[in-house]
Amino acid sequence: MRWACILLTRLALDGVQRGRDDADAPLVLVSGHVPRRLIRAVNAQARALGLRPGMSLTAAQTLVTDFAVAEYDEQQISHWQHFLAAWAYRYSSHVSLDYPHALLLEVESSLGLFGPWPRFEQRLREDLTGLGFQHRIVLAPNPAAARALTNVHDGLAVMDSLALREHIQRLPIQRSGLDAQSVATLSRMGLKQLGQILRLPRDTLARRFPAEVLAHLDRLLGVLPVALGSYQPADEFVARIEFNFEVDSHQALLFPIRRLLLDLQAFLAGRDCSVQRFELTLEHRDHEPTCLPIGLLSAERDAQQLFEVTRSRLEQLQLPEPVLAVRLRASDLPAFTPKPVSLLEERPPPVQPWDQLRERLRARLGDEAIHGLVAVADHRPECAWRRDTEGAGMPPAQLGKRPGWLLAEPEPLNELVPEILAGPERIESGWWDGADRRRDYYVVRTRDGRLAWVWQAVDGQGPWMLHGWFA
Amino acid sequence: MSAVVSLDALLQQRRVWKGGADIAAAPAQPTGHAQLDAVLPGGGWPEAALSELLLAHPGSGELQLLWPTLARLTRARERVVLVAPPFIPFAPAWLQAGVDLRWLVLVQASEKEALWAAEQCLRSGSCAAVLCWPQRINDRGLRRLQLAAATGESLGFACRSLREADNPSPAALRLALDAWPRQVRVLKSRGAMPAARPLALG
Repeated sequence: MRWACILLTRLALDGVQRGRDDADAPLVLVSGHVPRRLIRAVNAQARALGLRPGMSLTAAQTLVTDFAVAEYDEQQISHWQHFLAAWAYRYSSHVSLDYPHALLLEVESSLGLFGPWPRFEQRLREDLTGLGFQHRIVLAPNPAAARALTNVHDGLAVMDSLALREHIQRLPIQRSGLDAQSVATLSRMGLKQLGQILRLPRDTLARRFPAEVLAHLDRLLGVLPVALGSYQPADEFVARIEFNFEVDSHQALLFPIRRLLLDLQAFLAGRDCSVQRFELTLEHRDHEPTCLPIGLLSAERDAQQLFEVTRSRLEQLQLPEPVLAVRLRASDLPAFTPKPVSLLEERPPPVQPWDQLRERLRARLGDEAIHGLVAVADHRPECAWRRDTEGAGMPPAQLGKRPGWLLAEPEPLNELVPEILAGPERIESGWWDGADRRRDYYVVRTRDGRLAWVWQAVDGQGPWMLHGWFA
Repeated sequence: MSAVVSLDALLQQRRVWKGGADIAAAPAQPTGHAQLDAVLPGGGWPEAALSELLLAHPGSGELQLLWPTLARLTRARERVVLVAPPFIPFAPAWLQAGVDLRWLVLVQASEKEALWAAEQCLRSGSCAAVLCWPQRINDRGLRRLQLAAATGESLGFACRSLREADNPSPAALRLALDAWPRQVRVLKSRGAMPAARPLALG
């Protein structure tokens, strides 16, 4: 097994920043309640102004006035981590979220498809940069080592256990992932690197430190296996961008919506599915949220195409009030079928094979809505056909002229003396199964010139009954 | 400023109508009625397009007109879909007409869903011909059907009321059917002048 650890170094900040179109403005994330709001994260522009994490917001505001403030939201961080897991799922079937702010991917089994590793790593980096997340990537034979090595390395690929041992030995104790108290004790003992601990006798270590320390060292070296949870992709895509100001023009909505659709595309690619309808909800201060359902003719997953459709729908919309937040939700995710491209065939193959089309029709119209026709050898017109999943039947050997259209129920003919063209043909059958029919059938021409198939009871009494049309 | 436009290109785009009947396209989708084929450009149904059949009442000869085509397609193992027909297609008669029922599919749908279903079938490209009976359909709906037929390269047939004959339509071919005498009048055919006189059926 080979594990890639993607450490998301600025997950909270990147998550907030990608919903905003002012990437160059100083931005800080704050948490805590109003009297003591603490800065948790700052971007490079804010850092250049002298703002640091740990400052109180009041102190920051006395230093600088012009910077944007957003909430440091644990829930949002978890959302982005899950979003990235959905993205990573396209590269590996085992994606783990067990480490905070990091993704662990089992990549050995994916190397055949995306490898070799340098190229694979390049792909991961390109995707992450495109999505707007800063990251560090390390490859190691076990997940614990991969996670610990991302603390000091970026782009490192450890291929075997010998090299792993070497890298682990050089790992500074402070960055090795040990708990703070053990780290403090170890540094007070004058130990700086893990290699120095590893040279100590195990039994003394076991006596002086909690069991977790030895276990962690064993895990780093791959002696003790690590069981990681496996990420299960969600069944629907929900994402929301909240503005910290009121948006009252369509133009200003386009940027965040494009972001949402790009995220949707990354999610769909990870699950290998596509989307045919989704829902955009615009939230207002007082007014009911504006709901904009968007349906496509065929399932798509190209963000640009989705964006074009969304934009044209959005332009027709009248905003009742300024928008505070926008939410995208896609729950119906059919499997993705790429458009086949053929080199030789002249007539393009069907865009959608019949089986898929039938499924779609059935899904919307009901299971019974799609059927075939079966001809049955019976003289009674009602019994001479039935519905079935597949059509079938051979042409009947001897049968008079039959109309192409049959009425579900015979109805009285709206005419007194029709012009008889042929008949009578007596159909007398079914005395054995209770559906006894004794009728004389005629072909007649109605006043409007159509040819009708009508019957009368065999005794010549009773009304003319219309049963079909020779169309 | 005069761009040189090749005459052939102009004619191929069908932006210039050329008098006389020398459209040399192969009769890919013959209707099965020799007289009708003779007056239609291309010698048959317009391919990958919508054709409209206008009837005073349902049952005025539309099957007589379509059966040869449907029989030919189903025998060539190509799928034909009827979306919400007004009556039950009577299986023995369809067999007598030579239609292979294994390749005939019926879709039952309410009026609103029928249009959607017809469009999906046309667009999918997996149905050779799609028949529908839209009652209330506007220009936009017809245009969608026409586009779907072009996308899926299928034959689309819409049976509508004769009352719609005066309203413009994006369909490539419009035929009016008279119940008695059984005859077809070509109201519009893209790429040629509609034939002036009615043609007897059968």
